[in-house]
Amino acid sequence: MKPFAYDRATHPSDIAFADAGAAIIAGGTNLLDLMKLEVMTPDRLFDINRMDLSSIQQTENGGLKVETLVTNSDLAADMRVRQHWPVLSRALLAGASGQLRNKATTGGNLLQRTRCHYFYDTAMPCNKREPGSGCGAMGGVNRINAVLGTSDKCIATHPSDMAVALRALGATVEVRKKSGAVQSLPLGTLYVLPGDTPERETVLEAGDLITAVCLPPPVKGRQIYRKVRDRASYAFALVSVAAVVEVVDGKIARADLAFGGLAPVPWRDGAVEELLIGNAPSTSLFDAAADQLLRTAKGHGGNDFKIPLARRTLKAVLEEATR
Amino acid sequence: MTRHMKMDNADTRRRLDDMVQGAVGAPLDRPDGPLKVTGAAHYAAEQPTDALCYGVLVRAPAAKGRLLNMSTNAVMALPGVLAIVSDERMLRNPAQGTANEAPVQGVHEIAYFGQPVALVVAETFEQARHAAQALQLHIETTDEAALDPLAVEPEIPEDKQSSMGDLDAAMKNAVYRVDETYTTPSHSSAPMEPHASIAQWEGEQLTLRGSYQMLKYNRNELADSLGIEPKNVRILAPYVGGGFGSKLGIAPEAVAAALAAKKLSRPVSVAMTRPHVFETTMRRSETRQRVRLAADAQGRLTGIGHETLVSNLPGERFAEPVTQATAFMYRGENRIIGQKIARLNRTCAGSVRAPGEAVGVTIVENAMDELAEQAGIDPVELRKRNIPEEDPTRQVPFSSHKLAEALDAGARGFGWEKRNAIPKQVRDGEWMIGMGMASAFRVNMLKEAQARVRLNANGTAEIESDQTDIGTGTYAILTQIACDMLGLAPENVTVRLGDTDLPPGSGSGGSFGAASNGTAVFLACEELRLQLATAAGCAEPDLTLKDGKAIVGNRQVIIAELLPSTALEATGHIEPGDASSKVRQATYGAYFAEVAVSAITGETRVRRMTGAFAAGRILNAKTARSQCLGGMVWGIGMALTEALEFDPRYGQIANHDFAEYHIPVNADVPQIDVILLEEHDDWANPLQAKGLGELGICGAGAAITNAIYNATGVRVRDYPATLDKILPGLET
Ligand SMILES: Cc1cc2nc3c(=O)[nH]c(=O)nc-3n(C[C@H](O)[C@H](O)[C@H](O)COP(=O)(O)OP(=O)(O)OC[C@H]3O[C@@H](n4cnc5c(N)ncnc54)[C@H](O)[C@@H]3O)c2cc1C
Ligand code: SF4
Repeated sequence: MKPFAYDRATHPSDIAFADAGAAIIAGGTNLLDLMKLEVMTPDRLFDINRMDLSSIQQTENGGLKVETLVTNSDLAADMRVRQHWPVLSRALLAGASGQLRNKATTGGNLLQRTRCHYFYDTAMPCNKREPGSGCGAMGGVNRINAVLGTSDKCIATHPSDMAVALRALGATVEVRKKSGAVQSLPLGTLYVLPGDTPERETVLEAGDLITAVCLPPPVKGRQIYRKVRDRASYAFALVSVAAVVEVVDGKIARADLAFGGLAPVPWRDGAVEELLIGNAPSTSLFDAAADQLLRTAKGHGGNDFKIPLARRTLKAVLEEATR
Repeated sequence: MTRHMKMDNADTRRRLDDMVQGAVGAPLDRPDGPLKVTGAAHYAAEQPTDALCYGVLVRAPAAKGRLLNMSTNAVMALPGVLAIVSDERMLRNPAQGTANEAPVQGVHEIAYFGQPVALVVAETFEQARHAAQALQLHIETTDEAALDPLAVEPEIPEDKQSSMGDLDAAMKNAVYRVDETYTTPSHSSAPMEPHASIAQWEGEQLTLRGSYQMLKYNRNELADSLGIEPKNVRILAPYVGGGFGSKLGIAPEAVAAALAAKKLSRPVSVAMTRPHVFETTMRRSETRQRVRLAADAQGRLTGIGHETLVSNLPGERFAEPVTQATAFMYRGENRIIGQKIARLNRTCAGSVRAPGEAVGVTIVENAMDELAEQAGIDPVELRKRNIPEEDPTRQVPFSSHKLAEALDAGARGFGWEKRNAIPKQVRDGEWMIGMGMASAFRVNMLKEAQARVRLNANGTAEIESDQTDIGTGTYAILTQIACDMLGLAPENVTVRLGDTDLPPGSGSGGSFGAASNGTAVFLACEELRLQLATAAGCAEPDLTLKDGKAIVGNRQVIIAELLPSTALEATGHIEPGDASSKVRQATYGAYFAEVAVSAITGETRVRRMTGAFAAGRILNAKTARSQCLGGMVWGIGMALTEALEFDPRYGQIANHDFAEYHIPVNADVPQIDVILLEEHDDWANPLQAKGLGELGICGAGAAITNAIYNATGVRVRDYPATLDKILPGLET
C-alpha cells in the first residue's frame, strides 16, 4: 500500500479539497483491497464515514431517498424497499456476503471497480489501470468479461448487482459537486462506456461526492432479480437481469429491464423495452427481445457462452414476469 | 525405555478392545478447538516476537527468463526498508513432501510466473509490501516459456508405464467398452492459514516458527537450503491452519526469512499474501486421462487402460500419481497404465489432498458410470461385480475389503433405489434432478514415527512428538489413545506437538498421521503398562486401568501410587515393514449425490450427499466425520468450480485469490451424511486404524458429475462442470 494522508471528512464541503490523487473511502471493502495491491494508489483519503448521510427517507413524490452511507445490509432489509422496490432488495442480497454487505455502502457499491483479472494484477497489461499498456483480458482469461458495450481498449464488466436493479428502477444519483452545487443524475448517465478511455468510468470529477440515490415512486408490475453465477453465493454475476414488468389486458405495459455481467456499465437497452411494450407475451416475442438485446454482442473466447446465457436468462425472466 | 515395532505381519491382538476407559472412538472435542476459536492459539505469523520486522516476497513477473538486476537503491531509500535479500539459496519452489533436502534454489533462473526472486524487509508489513511492489526487476526473456501441456514433447518415464495381458484384444472382444479422454484442471490447496514463518537466530542456532506438516523433514530441508547443520535448526509448528499437502516441504518464505534474519540480526516474519500462496506453493497438476474399459456381457471388466498426462517444472521428481488406485480398484486381467509428464513453466506441482486418487479415481468412476449406462446395469451393482478377489496387479490378498459393504450402506442411507436410471426424467420446476454415485479408494500407508509418553507422579500424562496437527484432530486422538491405554480421563492427558526438539513423528501427509503417530503413542503406553504391571505385581494383560486407578483382580489402587517419585517415561517407535508388500492395504467407500441443474442456466447445485467409508477402527467419531465431510466438500469444488486458470500467453494464474478461485462456500454445501463402517484391519497397525483424511475426496466429484449426467444427459468430461459446459447440451 502506498503511504497516504488520511482526512476525516465530516461535512460534504470537506471533500472539495480533493484533487485527482485523492480518494473517498466509505466501507473500504473495494478500495482497500485495490490499495493493498496498488491497483489504486491514492495519496490522500477522505473518510466520509462520519458524515451524517445514513438515512433512508420517503420523498415528497412517494419515492425514496437513500443516503450514501446506508449499508447494503440496511438497504436490503428496509421494509419500504422490500415492499415497493423488491428487485433492489433481492439484488443486494445476491451480492457479496453478509459480512461485506454490512460494511459496503450505497455510493461505494455504485463506484466499485471491475473484477477483471488483469486489472487486479499490476504485472499485467491493462488499459484501465495503466492507460496505453494494452488489454490483458483480450486473448487471455476472459470468462468473466463483457460482451456488450465494449471497445477495442477494454472489455471489463461493471460488477455491481445493486446498480443493475437501480438502473431498472430508473434511480437517480445525487452528487455534490466540488463547487458545492448539487446535481441529480439519472443512473444511466453516471457511467460512461470505455471507448478509448477505459480509465474513465463515470462522469464524476475529483471532489465530487455521491450523497444519495433516489428511487422514483413505486410502479405496478412484477419485480424480479435473477443472477446467474458459478457458486450459490459469494460470486459475481456471469449474467444478471433486473426486471420490472407489468401486463395489462394481456399486453405488456411496462418492461423496465437492466442487465449485469454483460457490459462495462449496468446495461439498459430502450429498444428491447420498446419491442416488448404493447405486445402479448410469447416465446417468439421474448426471442425477438433477446435478439435485440444481443444484436451487437461480441464474445472474446472465454466469455462466448454469456451470449446464449443472456438470451436464456432474459427469456426465463420475461416468462416468469408475465406468467 | 523404548518399545519398537516393525509392521511385518498382522497384529491380531486388538489390545484396544481390552481397554475399558472408553475414550477411543468417542466424539471427543478437539482440545485445541477453544484455543483456536478464541485466538489463544498462535499461528506461525501471530507469535508475539520482540523487535520483529517483516519481509514480503517479490514475485517474478514472467514465466521464464533471467533476472539481470533490480532497482535496489531506490527501494532501500523508501521509508522503513531494512534490506533486500536476493540470494542464490532462496528456493525456486517448495520442497516436495519427504524430500529431506533442499529443492531447486536460485533467483536468477526464472522458471514460472510468481517465482520469488527477492525478499524486501522493512519495519512494518505495509512498508515491506509497498517496497516489494516498487522493486523494479530487469528480466531478460529469451526463450519462450512452455505453457501448454499439449504443445510440448512430454517425458515418458519407463518406470511409470506398465501393462498386463493384451488390452487391445480385450477391447476388441469386449461386449461393452468405454474409451474416453477426460481432463481435470490444476487445483490449489488454498489452506486458510497462508504459508508463514518467523525466523530468529541466536548465534548459530536458528528457530523457525512455521506452518508446516512434516517437521523432521522440514528441519533437514531448511538446514540444507541454508548450508547449515540440522542440529542448529529448531522448527516450531504447534498449530497449523490447514495444509492439504501444500505445507509438506519447506517453502520459499521460510528460507527467505532465515536469510534475512541472519543478515539483519533481527527476527523476520514472512507471511505469504494470498496470491503468493496460489502462485508459489504446490498446485495439483492438471491431468489428461484416457480411460479404456472392456467388459463382458455381465459387465465384468476384462480390461482397464488408464493413460495420463500431467505436468511439472523442469527438475521436479514429483508427478501426480493419477493411476495409483487403478492397479487394484477393479478386476480385469488386461491392463495398460501409463504416464507422461510435460515440463512446463507453471507453478510447481506437488501433493494436494489425496494426490493421485483425488483426480484418478474420480475419472475412472466417471468411466464406470458410462459403462454402467451402456451395459444397462445399475452403477452400484456394476461396481460390486467388479470387486476383485485379490489385488489384480500384485496378486496379493487384500488386508480387508469393505467396498461392497460401503456401497450397500451408502445406497441404503441415501435412498439410491429411488433413482431413475434414464437421464432427464426428474424435474422440480426449472430444475432437472439427478442422482449419481461413485466408489472411493485410497491407498493406506504407515510411516515411521516416535512418540514419548510420560506418566507423572501425580497421575497425569504427557505425550510429546514433533508431529503436527494441521486442523485434523491429532491432539484429540493421541489424547484418546493414551486415555484408554493408561486409564486416564482426557483432562489428565496433555499433548505437546510441533517442535523438532521432541521425538520425530511421521508428519502429517498421505492420511498416515493418525495411524502412525497413534501407534507410536500406543507402543509407548504399552511399555508404561508393563512397568505399572510390574509395580502392581501382575502380568500386563491382567492389568486394568480406568479413571486413574489400577485394578488387579479384586484389588484397586490409584495409579499414582504405583509410580516412582519421578515420572515414568517411555518412547514408542513404529516402523513400516513387510506387511505392506504381503497384502494390499487400502481404504474404501462410496459416495451418493443428488444434484439439481437449472434447465435455463445450466447452474448446478448439489442437493444432498451421502458418503459411506471404511477406514479401519475409528479413533474419534467427530474428527473422522469432519474429515469425510471436508473431503466431500472438496469433491463439490472439484466437480463444479475449482480450477487454476493460467494465462495462455504470460503463464500467470489469472484467478489467484478467493474471489475468483471458487472453492465451495456454505451455500454450495448441502446436507451431507457420513456413514462410518465398522472395520478392524489387523495388517494396518496395532490400532487397526487406517487413514481417513483423504478418502472423502477420492471420487466424490464423480458422484456429482455422474448425477449431472443423470439429471441432464450431458457428460462433462472436462472438469469443472461449470454452466458453460452444460449449456450447449440443454434444450433451448
Ligand atoms: C469477495 C467479494 C465479493 C463481492 N461480491 C459482490 C457481488 O457479488 N456483487 C456485488 O455487487 N458486489 C460484490 N462485492 C463488492 C461490494 O459490493 C463492494 O466492495 C462494495 O459495495 C463497495 O462499497 P464500499 O462502501 O466498501 O466502497 P469503498 O471500497 O469504500 O469505495 C469504493 C469506491 O467508491 C468510491 N466512493 C465511495 N463512496 C463514495 C461517495 N459517497 N462518493 C464518491 N465516491 C465514493 C471510493 O472512492 C472507491 O473508489 C464483492 C466484494 C468482495 C470483496
Ligand atoms: S478488459 Fe479492461 S480492465 Fe480488463 S485488462 Fe482489459 S483494459 Fe484492463
